[in-house]
Amino acid sequence: MKPHLLSTGDLTRDDALLILDTAEELARVSQRSIKKLPTLRGRTVVNLFFEDSTRTRISFEAAAKRLSADVINFSAKGSSVSKGESLKDTALTLEAMGADAVVIRHSASGAPHRLANWVRGSVVNAGDGTHEHPTQALLDAFSIRRRLGRLDGLKISIVGDVLHSRVARSNVLLLHTLGADVTLVAPPTLLPVAVESWPCQVSYDLDAVLPKSDVVMMLRVQLERMNAAYFPSAREYSRRYGLDRDRFARLHDDAIVMHPGPMNRGMEISAEVADSPRSTIVEQVGNGVTVRMAVLYLLLGGSEPAIGGAE
Amino acid sequence: MSDVQNQARAVLEGPDIHRALTRIAHEILERTRGAESVVLLGIPTRGATLAQRIAGRIAQFEGIKVPVGAIDITMYRDDLRLRPARPLGRTELPPDGVDGRTVVLVDDVLFSGRTVRAALDALNDVGRPRAVQLATLVDRGHRELPIRADYVGKNLPTSKSEKVKVFLEETDGRDAVVLIKGDDR
Repeated sequence: MKPHLLSTGDLTRDDALLILDTAEELARVSQRSIKKLPTLRGRTVVNLFFEDSTRTRISFEAAAKRLSADVINFSAKGSSVSKGESLKDTALTLEAMGADAVVIRHSASGAPHRLANWVRGSVVNAGDGTHEHPTQALLDAFSIRRRLGRLDGLKISIVGDVLHSRVARSNVLLLHTLGADVTLVAPPTLLPVAVESWPCQVSYDLDAVLPKSDVVMMLRVQLERMNAAYFPSAREYSRRYGLDRDRFARLHDDAIVMHPGPMNRGMEISAEVADSPRSTIVEQVGNGVTVRMAVLYLLLGGSEPAIGGAE
Repeated sequence: MSDVQNQARAVLEGPDIHRALTRIAHEILERTRGAESVVLLGIPTRGATLAQRIAGRIAQFEGIKVPVGAIDITMYRDDLRLRPARPLGRTELPPDGVDGRTVVLVDDVLFSGRTVRAALDALNDVGRPRAVQLATLVDRGHRELPIRADYVGKNLPTSKSEKVKVFLEETDGRDAVVLIKGDDR
């Protein structure tokens, strides 16, 4: 059994629900004055970040520390990676240090999968290139379930830069497993080639999809990954695919708005919408710690991982 | 399942459990001077149910509403690494917490005492009770730690290979304590 969390596609419905239910109980711990649990005492979690990140790294660090694990933070900047050390050599170094889990963020899609073959501990994918970001999807699912009480049968629209989004892929796979009905909304240029094979619908027309949605998840336009012109101008994009006040008003009353952050305010989402009470953007961050605690507990807490399945 | 039934013997039936809990409720009232500043905390799942029942009886006898809650001990167990990570139970503390109160921990079976040790650790993280006591429906012996119960429903001599299983109406559809002959699988 391979004790990793590399893709939400590896999670069965029972696995996913176990993570969400565990997170639900752990959320109560974050409300009390002593937020620490002794469960992972003596275990070492390495945060291996080859790409910039604020919330994910801090969130994983907080999660591991609340479970009493020892945390080693490693960022590519200022490490031997800038001297040209390969991922494999870095992995072997970590192995020698006795890491029980490696949380990896890398700009290359598939890097966590490679790493999983080289280290003995659990590998948790914290975002690889444009591929996947499983814990983000899990915290999104958790946030939705907390707000709306369920996931089964919900209509969830994921809007924007799907092409460069690892969040979108992880969410589509996970939300489909959990019984939600997912629609991707994006300009044709920002959809990946094999999108027809994803378990979701695709639309180019945000205004047609909005009134039917229970959840609208806006994606960040990833300008840093765009080496070509995917749309005529920021203004044009915003006019057709941005969530502004007028579009927001067309959502039904219970619908919620999400964003994985960091936001381009005024581009894919207007400030007014982002700060509205129906936006879950701030609680998503808080839920991130809880969900990551659940993942680390289920992977490292017992004699063998309780989730993830065989590879 | 059926061959398990064959080796299983009910040692307490519904009425016995009823009487045992009634006695425990009286003893708690007696020993704590009318359950003053008592908080009942059950260990999920069946301990939590038993705590509710005891609180119900105390309310019935003396008309006092004793705060009841549950304290999950999974994350504090000392045998976590011997088995795959298990699902968590629910911790539900009364709104006023446990600080300065007499906490009566409630569990279904007292065996090695390790669960109670974990519960004491868990309790330590949620507050500082004035005193902690322990109530258990069945004490089956074989302690591995210096822990004893203050209130016992029934002392049940067992061999280490036997299993004691508690069934409760609320979770299992019937009330019974069953002794299962060990075959050590």
